[in-house]
Amino acid sequence: MSDDDRDRALEAALLSRAEHWKAATARAQRLAREPAADLADATKMADDYRLLAHDLARARRLIPNTRAREYLEAAYVRAHGTLYRKAWRPADALLTLFRDEIPAVVRWLTPHIIWATTIFILTVFAGYWMVHTYPDLIALFASPDLIATVERGQLWTEGILNIVPSSVLSLQILTNNIVVSLFAYCAGFVFGLGTLYILGLNGLMLGAVFAFTGQHGLEPALFRFIVAHGCVEISVMCLSGAAGAAVGEALIRPSHGDRMESFRIAALRSGKLLIACAVLLVGSGIIEGYISPRPLFPLWARLVIGIGYWFLMIALLKGWLFPRTALIPPRLLDQPRSSQRLILRQQGLLQLVRRRNDHRRPQPPQ
Amino acid sequence: MHNARDLVVDSVTGVDLALPVAGPGVRSYAFLIDWVIRAILFTAWYGVAAVIYNRRWTFIAPLSPDAKWFVLVVMPAAAMYFLYHFVLEIAMHGRTPGKRMAGVHIVTREGGSPGVGALLTRNVFRLVDSMPLLYGVGLVTALATRDHVRVGDMAAGTLLVYERPDVVLPELVAPNASGEQTLRSSDTEIIAELLLRWPHLDSDARQSLGTAVLSRHAVVVSTPTDAWLRAQLERLLRGNSP
Repeated sequence: MSDDDRDRALEAALLSRAEHWKAATARAQRLAREPAADLADATKMADDYRLLAHDLARARRLIPNTRAREYLEAAYVRAHGTLYRKAWRPADALLTLFRDEIPAVVRWLTPHIIWATTIFILTVFAGYWMVHTYPDLIALFASPDLIATVERGQLWTEGILNIVPSSVLSLQILTNNIVVSLFAYCAGFVFGLGTLYILGLNGLMLGAVFAFTGQHGLEPALFRFIVAHGCVEISVMCLSGAAGAAVGEALIRPSHGDRMESFRIAALRSGKLLIACAVLLVGSGIIEGYISPRPLFPLWARLVIGIGYWFLMIALLKGWLFPRTALIPPRLLDQPRSSQRLILRQQGLLQLVRRRNDHRRPQPPQ
Repeated sequence: MHNARDLVVDSVTGVDLALPVAGPGVRSYAFLIDWVIRAILFTAWYGVAAVIYNRRWTFIAPLSPDAKWFVLVVMPAAAMYFLYHFVLEIAMHGRTPGKRMAGVHIVTREGGSPGVGALLTRNVFRLVDSMPLLYGVGLVTALATRDHVRVGDMAAGTLLVYERPDVVLPELVAPNASGEQTLRSSDTEIIAELLLRWPHLDSDARQSLGTAVLSRHAVVVSTPTDAWLRAQLERLLRGNSP
């Protein structure tokens, strides 16, 4: 038999499977929209994928410039997309995120958190020293209105609820804080310099405003105002700064593969912490809108709320708020999710496929 | 086999798959469509809600806005505008109406649909991509990078690829009575395509194309009328020698 005859025979065998391709395409389209009817239906998809791969490899050689090959390419891509689509289980994903992933990220980011906090504290002291020594420098950090109000012996926060209701104030504050946190994280893209700038600027402003209010005898009032919400708000600033620093460090000295791969891994891992930051900032915003501006709350109550909420934050970051079953090994977090778990929606599918393959394999003699 | 601009993904089957990467032009086109849609959604919600809130034909915010104004008017409109991409990309598996119209969708570097985390990261980094204005950073990085990705895509490990157009599987030739394949599939497709277009062709085109195809298969064209040519082509397609 000549090579040409052989190719013709192979081509005929290949084309005779066209109905299987159509069935595989229909199944891939259906499973992309809805869950599999049962495990057999889902495993059939994996079989389809292998069939399409096999036929496509043959079609690329035998009939490269045909519609049949194009059809197979499209069917293969569709099957691949369906197989590698992640399961949609929002409740499980959230539980895993808060119970396992965020604590793992916090452990990984601990050196960055320490450094970001140190930088923030240093800039607070620097801002305090600057304005304490050169009072005119407050114009660099505060608006003319704020300066005028403090010089009149009042805090700008006094009577704020007469202008803006608590709910609106909370919304404005939490939106602003979340945006600043996201900026601190994203700004890490500029080799960490953007994050450093945002951390430094906020630290300088806090220190400068404390020094300025201290010069007018309003330091205790300012402390009284910020203590309830500030403990967590400032901590979250340091956390998002740490996430941004990790992104910057990944670009400066890549630890996984090339620079872009390292950046991707750092951004995806540290980005999980931003979800916890956003949740915590919602709580801070509510406290800042409803508790901090109201004079009826005594200092001890504010301290209890501030410190209590800070401990709640620690519990959230440590994963203590959710019952734990097993820790995710840190090395596994470095892998793409598709490599962590191949195939489809049903849990246990991979085991089923393996069992089936084991069953098909010839058994060694007893 | 694959284009240099394709994303070639290794598969566990050993047969790689090629996904054509979308360039900055089609990305901008999709973004513009989405921008128009969300601007319309934002304006429509804001306009209708403001009129209902004010109880008269005015869209102006009250001098001292209360919580109801923010909850009913401002927040839903802002959410539609700012969460449009994130929400729709999750709901539509890496697509938005704009991307769908432009024929592109988001995939991971492994060729699969991106997860919620990747889509969230991709959209958070719009803060960087949109700077200093008009998506300047995003546009420059999309132009400069090999896979035409913006910073958000780099961070999330995603990229935009073209949707594969729906290909209609041609009517394939059946083996003849002796079980042999008489036509190559490329020839089958040519004949099937010609017969599909037959009613729309004028007589001259039918004559010349029909004669050319039949001659390739050693068919002597004795009476080249349209009906005869068509009958011969159909017989050839069915796997019977004319």
